Amino acid sequence: MTTTYVVRDTTTLLKRSLRHVLRSPDTILTTAITPIIMLLLFVYVFGSAIDVGNGRYVDYLLPGILLITIASGIAYTAFRLFTDVSSGIFERFQSMPIARQSVLWAHVLTSVVANLVSLVLVVLVALAMGFRSGAGLLAWLGVAGILVLFTLALTWLAVIPGLTATSLDGVSGFSYPLIFLPFISSAFVPTSGMPGPLRWFAEHQPVTPIVNTLRSLYAEQPVGDDGVLAVAWCVGLLLVAYLVAMVTYQRKIG
Amino acid sequence: MTTPPAIAIAGLTKSFGDQTVLGGVDLRVPAGSVFALLGSNGAGKTTTVRILCTLLRADGGTATVNGFDVATQPAEVRGSISLTGQFAAVDELLTGRENLVLVGQLRHLPEPGRTADDLLARFDLTEAAGRRVATWSGGMRRRLDIAMSLIGEPPVLFLDEPTTGLDPQSRLEVWATVRELAGRGTTVLLTTQYLDEAEQLADRIAVLHQGRVIAEGSLAELRQLLPPATVEYVEKQPSLEDVFLAIVGSGQQETDR
Repeated sequence: MTTTYVVRDTTTLLKRSLRHVLRSPDTILTTAITPIIMLLLFVYVFGSAIDVGNGRYVDYLLPGILLITIASGIAYTAFRLFTDVSSGIFERFQSMPIARQSVLWAHVLTSVVANLVSLVLVVLVALAMGFRSGAGLLAWLGVAGILVLFTLALTWLAVIPGLTATSLDGVSGFSYPLIFLPFISSAFVPTSGMPGPLRWFAEHQPVTPIVNTLRSLYAEQPVGDDGVLAVAWCVGLLLVAYLVAMVTYQRKIG
Repeated sequence: MTTPPAIAIAGLTKSFGDQTVLGGVDLRVPAGSVFALLGSNGAGKTTTVRILCTLLRADGGTATVNGFDVATQPAEVRGSISLTGQFAAVDELLTGRENLVLVGQLRHLPEPGRTADDLLARFDLTEAAGRRVATWSGGMRRRLDIAMSLIGEPPVLFLDEPTTGLDPQSRLEVWATVRELAGRGTTVLLTTQYLDEAEQLADRIAVLHQGRVIAEGSLAELRQLLPPATVEYVEKQPSLEDVFLAIVGSGQQETDR
């Protein structure tokens, strides 16, 4: 199949999928609402008891909340794919003379768009709560780049249950651990206060360098080693998730 | 007949784990015919269709569709077929017209909108075209499903249990559609567990049982497998279907039969 068909068919299916999102805007709101509640809760209820050194707690907290937003957003990616598979429309597309992989790519790109909208909503709430940054365009592009990379990695991860799940519960269940991962990292409180093994885990899991990098970027600080680690984690996760998803997909279509 | 068959299957086998689903299936479906694959649940009908539609790989044997090998020329096979699966594979969040336009775009038609409108008219769906399919009845969805399969006019059409779960009226509508397709020269392979459906629609029938074809031929040929008919006088009672259709008022379709 030629490249033009891949692009053309992916565009057609992307429009279809985006139409789904537009017609069920509750999926975007639901994605954004939990992180927004966490943001409110932690800033206004727990924030005064949490010592993060200098600066506002909302500035400290935002990166972790953004990652939680993505983790809950990709549950809908898995859900949309699962719906296609269980309704038979996935097989209809696979039996048509189209670039077959465009079916997956359309879902992946939709996931990126939908997550970006949710992320913007969360950032707007944070701004209303006093979040401020003097960072320039380049730093913000860096923030957006890392968030998109992280979204892509988790999206390809979401493709796996989307293709294989046998029930709706199985589809949504996989995202819960991802939503809780930021709690055991530097997202909510500094890792220095955590007990030994927990601290070791927190400092060696991907959320910590990603959160630190995002924080440094909009605080106009150098990202240092965390920046390299963050990109490495995102790209590594993306590659592994993509490969496993592709194997799952090949198995599915025989 | 000199024309090559639309579908030719030889020694097709497929197992899932220990379970043998197809134990060596041989079939030839003449081009332009309506061919019914008759069998009970689990006989291997859907597995056969999925292999022919390149959705599943066979373990052994060969299968060609429209002259193309399903294993080595899957893209060409997909260009020759349409599949209407066991459940109406329509997009519920889109309107009826959007569903048709979507398939038209994926088949790279020059005017997907016009094709959609033609099919909506032909399948008597114009009125509902602007509504989301989620609000449609089962029969309407099935008609839309079949209409979607006709886009691009593929020479071979697979209908996997096209009337399972439909009410009697919708069933007659689907039957009328299949007859119309047959009149246009499309090859139709349909699977069914209903004997009367095969009897009503098919030029040739194959009986699939436990992964093997145990009988194949025209209806007349299959009848010869039984002892000769004897003449008996039996009072002709209307069937429940006759009564149902008479009281809900679909006399028109009745006369079509």
